[in-house]
Amino acid sequence: MATDEDVKKPFPQRMQDSMSQMGDQIQGSQAWNSIFRPGSIFRKGYTDSPRNRSYVIMNSVLYHLHPVKVKRHAVKVSYTLCLGGLSFLLFIHLTVTGIFLMFFYRPTAAAAWDDIYTLQNTVTFGLLVRNMHRWAAHLMVLSVFLHMARVFYHGAYKPPREFNWVIGVMLLQFTLLLSFTGYLLPWDQLALWAVTVGTNMMGYTPVFGDQVRFVLLGGVEIGTDTLLRWYVLHVLLLPFVVVIFMAIHFWRVRKDGGISGPL
Amino acid sequence: MTEVPEHLRKRAEEARAKAAAEKAEAAAPVASGGGGDDAAEQQEAESKIPAHLLERSKAAKAKSGGAEAGAVATAPTAAAPATAAGGPVLTGPGGNTQRLLTVVKSGSIQDTKSAPQDKVHTWPHLLVVEFAAALFITAFILIFSIFVNAPLLELANFNQTPNPSKAPWYFLGLQELLTMFHPMVAGVTIPGIGLFVLILAPYIDRNPSSKPEDRKFAISLMTMHLMFWAVLVMIGSFFRGPGFNFVFPWEAGLFFEL
Repeated sequence: MATDEDVKKPFPQRMQDSMSQMGDQIQGSQAWNSIFRPGSIFRKGYTDSPRNRSYVIMNSVLYHLHPVKVKRHAVKVSYTLCLGGLSFLLFIHLTVTGIFLMFFYRPTAAAAWDDIYTLQNTVTFGLLVRNMHRWAAHLMVLSVFLHMARVFYHGAYKPPREFNWVIGVMLLQFTLLLSFTGYLLPWDQLALWAVTVGTNMMGYTPVFGDQVRFVLLGGVEIGTDTLLRWYVLHVLLLPFVVVIFMAIHFWRVRKDGGISGPL
Repeated sequence: MTEVPEHLRKRAEEARAKAAAEKAEAAAPVASGGGGDDAAEQQEAESKIPAHLLERSKAAKAKSGGAEAGAVATAPTAAAPATAAGGPVLTGPGGNTQRLLTVVKSGSIQDTKSAPQDKVHTWPHLLVVEFAAALFITAFILIFSIFVNAPLLELANFNQTPNPSKAPWYFLGLQELLTMFHPMVAGVTIPGIGLFVLILAPYIDRNPSSKPEDRKFAISLMTMHLMFWAVLVMIGSFFRGPGFNFVFPWEAGLFFEL
């Protein structure tokens, strides 16, 4: 490839040339173009044009979440404080860290506490990931709650968004339940007695009190059955339900005309 | 009929004048009978219409004969003065074959309901903000988790009830209510009604305005509701000591685990 002219060039120049040539080859390859769809900022010759700005969204998976254009006031941080989006982000954080924790945890009364203890003391990053899971969970309860307050104060639950508010309140309850079911899993004194207090309260449900308590505990007393039950609720059932509700929630945001207008 | 917009009318007029001038030039060398066909041919050579289409139209012209000439003359094209001398020319100004029939203003037959909105592209305006927020919160959790450990007390023991026993912080408002009401009222009735009213809020609040000054009642009611729970949670978290008795945290210390 190198001609006499190329050889005469100083080395850094030649280096730069071959690098840019290689970059062009990679960006022009079929593999590259099959991964990055037209309009992607990683494509060869991306220019900042209105057409490409539209394509960035339209030709990516983000199109499921965001429209190509949003109202100008909607991008102001002072309007939403990013609370809804951050709740979603925290949910993703919790899923990722939670899956990590699942590798080291057995939901039985005999093993649970020891597993957490081993996780913290011998597993690489075990303590850090458990901390992140815990603090993200508390933060998510807080951010979902604040998101609800924000939506109320902006009157964003008014028509046509009434039903999305209902879904939102359901999501708040699921968030609380997710946090509460996770509370028992370390099987330490804090977990046991916090859950005892909580489930005793639910036992006072009129008429069906004892039955509600029995279903929740998987028996008459908190024990290893309760642990298994809450573990399945925490890692499978509730996240599954929450994901479905979130999908409807996000879809309705767009169907109802994007986030609510300026006040 | 609606008016033709001023700029369109001007443009059509200019084009018409230009075409008329060209036509006059083209027609000049052809003096008498049958010259119309020559002029048409010359026109065809200049235009960009494909050859097979021209052949077809010529054949059609020949078939319909002179009868068409009258019809074309009435058409409001610029070719009118030129065709008076020669045969029919079916082209308008600039060699175009289409004519402007009428301009329908939007609004006369369309009902435009939504006014245009001030919008920006999601990329980069929204995505950059979201990305920054995501980075910030991720960094916050990571750094906080490096320095503050999640609690892990000793193994669960049924025979040793800690004093005080507290629910998770978001349920401490309910636990606080337990000190004042019968458990069924505190644990089920009050939170149940609270949630029910919260869910029904959009159906109860019929005020269409979302301006804060128009909804003082709704805002004050919600603020009281949120404050009610916030204060109860605070008291339950920080001001309840052994036996769930009221204490001041700066005197008795904190009885609170996250």
